[in-house]
Amino acid sequence: MAEAEQFNVGGLRVHWQPNQKFKTTTIVLHIKAPLEAKTAAPRTLLAHVLQSGTASFPSRRKIRHFLDDLYGASFYADVGKKGENHVISFVMEVASEKYLRNESPLVPKALEFLLSVIQKPYFVEGGFSEAIVKEEKQALSQRIRNIADEKTRYANIRLLEEMCADEPFGLHPFGSVEEVEAIDPSVLYETYEHMRAYDQFDLLVTGPGSKEEIEGVLQSAAKELKDSEIIKAEPTENKIPSQVNEVVERQPIQQAKLHLGFRLPYTVDADEYTSVLVTNGILGAYPHSKLFVNVREKESLAYYAASRFEPYKGILFAMAGIAPEQYDKAVTIIKEQVEALKRGDISDEELSTTKQMLKNQILEQMDSARGAIEMSYQNVLSDKKRTSEDRLREVEAVDKEMVISIAKTIQLDTIYLLTTEEETA
Amino acid sequence: MEKKYYEQIDETIYLETLANGLKVYVLPKPGNNKTFSVFTTDYGSIDQIFTPLHQEKPLHVPDGIAHFLEHKLFEDEEGDAFHTFSQRGAQTNAFTSFTRTAYLFSSTTQLNQNLETLVDFVQHPYFTEESVEKEKGIIGQEINMYNDDADWRLFFGLISSLYKEHPVRIDIAGTVQSIDQITKDLLYTCYQTFYHPSNMVLFVVGPVEPEETIQLVKDNQDQKDFPKVDEIKRFYGNEPTESGERHKTIEMNVQTPKCLLGFKEPPNDHYPLDGLTYELAVQLLLDVMFGSGSSTYEQLYKEGLIDNSFSADFTMERSFGFSALGGDTKDPERLVSQLEETIHTYKQKPLNEEEINIAKKRKIGTFMKQLNSPEFIATQFTRYEMNGDSLFEVIPTIEKVTLSDLETVLQRHFQPERSAVTKVIPKES
Repeated sequence: MAEAEQFNVGGLRVHWQPNQKFKTTTIVLHIKAPLEAKTAAPRTLLAHVLQSGTASFPSRRKIRHFLDDLYGASFYADVGKKGENHVISFVMEVASEKYLRNESPLVPKALEFLLSVIQKPYFVEGGFSEAIVKEEKQALSQRIRNIADEKTRYANIRLLEEMCADEPFGLHPFGSVEEVEAIDPSVLYETYEHMRAYDQFDLLVTGPGSKEEIEGVLQSAAKELKDSEIIKAEPTENKIPSQVNEVVERQPIQQAKLHLGFRLPYTVDADEYTSVLVTNGILGAYPHSKLFVNVREKESLAYYAASRFEPYKGILFAMAGIAPEQYDKAVTIIKEQVEALKRGDISDEELSTTKQMLKNQILEQMDSARGAIEMSYQNVLSDKKRTSEDRLREVEAVDKEMVISIAKTIQLDTIYLLTTEEETA
Repeated sequence: MEKKYYEQIDETIYLETLANGLKVYVLPKPGNNKTFSVFTTDYGSIDQIFTPLHQEKPLHVPDGIAHFLEHKLFEDEEGDAFHTFSQRGAQTNAFTSFTRTAYLFSSTTQLNQNLETLVDFVQHPYFTEESVEKEKGIIGQEINMYNDDADWRLFFGLISSLYKEHPVRIDIAGTVQSIDQITKDLLYTCYQTFYHPSNMVLFVVGPVEPEETIQLVKDNQDQKDFPKVDEIKRFYGNEPTESGERHKTIEMNVQTPKCLLGFKEPPNDHYPLDGLTYELAVQLLLDVMFGSGSSTYEQLYKEGLIDNSFSADFTMERSFGFSALGGDTKDPERLVSQLEETIHTYKQKPLNEEEINIAKKRKIGTFMKQLNSPEFIATQFTRYEMNGDSLFEVIPTIEKVTLSDLETVLQRHFQPERSAVTKVIPKES
């Protein structure tokens, strides 16, 4: 299992991880900018418009046919936030010709195409195609509306909106339907130019091929890219809550979704990062964790009860799907688990089991192409060059005292409940 | 021990059928960190009426019992298998489908101990009245979670419209009312009938030595006694040819409507092709007609009638098979009429060889991507095995499918009287 090797081709920073185990090559181009209310919707729309046509393949269908020719290579744009960064990702996965009958190498063709998506879009009279923009606005608006239909996801988004109302992290990376509808063609074009000029581009590739093969095609395909500066987004300060904010929202649903947001002063670039992962693990990441054991196993209150750490912002979430009338009981039990951590009420077994699980997770992540790429992009963003061995070592070094000191910094900020319409909660 | 090398995908698989009938498969992946194992029984939510082991009369058990049993098997006198795996850093899980219940773990250390734990906990039922009652609260919340999931409701709405009698129409987890009737004795009855080793498959994929792994399982099984069993008798009702409910509308708290158009296979029929070829042929055909490279997809997308949520899938198991086409849409009626129109047009004219070749190429590429995943290999290999096919025959079979196979499937599968439409629309407030 090789760590990523970084090299530059023209203005492009490339992170290459050879891996003979894979039958495909996975390519991810991450394009990073600060997360801002003004640019979130236009950047998201831009990603979808770029994905829908290039100068050589000026429609979704023509792109699809090109991809079919590469044995159904997959290609899609994804937009998300990593902390207070807005990240557009173009993802491709293409089969290795080694396993196909009579095929020439597919990776160079895939790379060339991927770079043409951002360098040579389909322009009509100096701007993006109005027809494509209209279709993609329509599709994006529908996707934004649909967020509300998936209740767990919706509850998490609503928690963040409430908790981080004055911080960029409270923004949804897609923007709102109104913002999407209001984008005019000139704004979209400016967004494109701005992206080319100012964003941070990182190309991550893993697969069974060779560095030479990739470098060769990039020499010509990436030569027009400007030098990609590393952009340090200044994280806004994690505000210390003066009192816990409680929000209740009602909808005609059957199960209530309880989400708690906690603050803690550590992110992925802190030395304490790994200790935070262990702390979160003891609290709620696994089936042996306090939340699962106490909320689900002991009290039968929920099917899922878990916690998750957002590594780029320093927020810890706890969540459970509960019967509406169990709200008070569930909140009390969840708070009590955090207090238990602060008191050091942690058994040796909880600590050692959590460390085992984390180590297992790191090793498993290296077995998957997307996992390995995610890990190497985390190194880019955190500017900490943690190899998988470093990560394993760091986990091993965490002790109970470290967990207690992390736990003591955890502060409850917001409790959000999405519940039924009857007055039971 | 048998061994088979598949040259095209460069994988070797080892198999041994043990004395008690358990089939053990091992696929070595020397470069990986992770070992993934799945222990599966040929028993799912549709196995609702059956003749219990050593009895004469068929028994009708409550909806959702296979899934309930899956939850309860993790527990024994000592505690919980979750914790045993966790202590070794291994992750464990289980799932119940229409036709199978599978128990799995993944780990990067102590493979042998984990494998023993997997086999031992699945082969050691321990239920008490108290623990059964307690589980009803947890599963009740799981059911409510799915009740709020519009895509899930849509999918099951469609199946329960297509099928009138066949138990595939029932929710896998059952209902809060049906699981309330489950008792520890009923769980034991289901367990004894369906968890005999001869009804099960164990699959291990990872950096393992096949001989050693198979020996380990053999030694483990040699220490256990299982009663002699006959073939299990299962009853799936008398499914009529036509669908049960042509149109169904579910009102839910959603922003955008969703809809699915589905077609079921004629019940208890003789297939014109072997199972694997038939399934792949329908899938290829759906891709030709509705895949993202098709003119229909492009047209529907342009009109804003579909988005990325659109899919067109076909599922086939031993006793049932159905397709489902659709997704989120602003206008379900218009989408359905367009989909039906496309099918009608295709049925009127000869298929295009070139389009089929592209679809075949794409399917092969997609399959290669999936082969990167040990989870995919293990669960899908088991699925094909239990249906009498082989996962590793998929690529050669795709290559062999002919235009005339697709023509046959096109005329046979898409029959209006065997179709149904289900919609989820926003609830009036």
